[in-house]
Amino acid sequence: MLASAIIVFREVLEAALLVGIVAAATRAVPGRNLWLGGGVLAGLTGAAIVAVFTESIASLASGVGQEVFNAVILGIAVVMLAWHNIWMSAHGAALAADAKRVGGAIRDGRSECSVLLIVVGLAVLREGSECVLFLYGIAATEGFGSSMLIGGLAGVVAGVTAGYVLYAGLVRLPMRWIFAATGLLVLFLAAGMASQAARFLIQADLLPSLATPLWDTSGWLSETSVVGTLLRSLIGYDARPAGMQILFYVAALALIAFGMRRVAQGKSTSNGRRAAA
Amino acid sequence: MKKLVLLTALFAASAFAADPEYRLVISEHRFQPTELTVPAGQKIKLIVENRDATPEEFESHDLNREKVIAGKSSATIFIGPLKAGSYAFVGEYNEKTAKGVIIAK
Repeated sequence: MLASAIIVFREVLEAALLVGIVAAATRAVPGRNLWLGGGVLAGLTGAAIVAVFTESIASLASGVGQEVFNAVILGIAVVMLAWHNIWMSAHGAALAADAKRVGGAIRDGRSECSVLLIVVGLAVLREGSECVLFLYGIAATEGFGSSMLIGGLAGVVAGVTAGYVLYAGLVRLPMRWIFAATGLLVLFLAAGMASQAARFLIQADLLPSLATPLWDTSGWLSETSVVGTLLRSLIGYDARPAGMQILFYVAALALIAFGMRRVAQGKSTSNGRRAAA
Repeated sequence: MKKLVLLTALFAASAFAADPEYRLVISEHRFQPTELTVPAGQKIKLIVENRDATPEEFESHDLNREKVIAGKSSATIFIGPLKAGSYAFVGEYNEKTAKGVIIAK
């Protein structure tokens, strides 16, 4: 029972933390609850569909369809998270100051929300489909109501709780810190996803690994430990990363941070000009 | 993105170079063989056949690999090049029985 709870918890955790962070980041965006809920629902539906078609997906692209599928989903999520972060560096301050007065930001908020829906939906879809397969396997062999299945459901509850705790902690921060904190979290989340995408492409032999692994910190901090699991979900901690994964990680980190700075700077200079006029 | 496509295309070509193939079979939530010896310093194409009706996830932290294998189907996983040593793997969905080790020499 505990084993199945832990397996499901690990899968749910990553998506739950992402939803928690995104929910906190968009606290001031009007109507975001609806979008978030929609994203989770769409993700769950997608997860069930993906689980059913696992075999067909896997046999695509001469047997590495699953890796390509995962890498594409992760790739889209990285782009969406990057977009979210860059948008937030431009409009976050205005939203924090007064959500009602910034009409333009609210209009933009709608497109921001659809990005949100996609990010949340994709995260739930990816992690959810593995949960569905696992729970289906248990239900098929041990029957409904088995302790393993109950354990799995306990894992779902624990994962969602972790996401909620992170959200509750973040929204307790003063408004301007929320944006700084969630911006940083999303930045590392996206970089971790880029590294995971690279790992899938290496596993599919579509990218060279460039050293396997580049380093090994498993003796120091195991990925299966509590801290390791959390860091894996939050910043993409990998005890034995391939060289290519580090390349993707650093590139994503640098590109998104650069985009955020550019937009934030452009914003402050245009504000300065308006104040001077 | 263009660069990525180019990179992918470039290195996809390397996939056609014949990497040595090794097979694992999952049956009744156990791996056969439980110990697989492979050459070190070389990329390996691992084919895992799941003869069970339920899905299984091949997972190895040592190899940094994970892949879901649907019931009654096969999956290809590229691993390595490995340093000499032993690398544990499990079937995550049935961790109690499904375990094995890859030994690179």
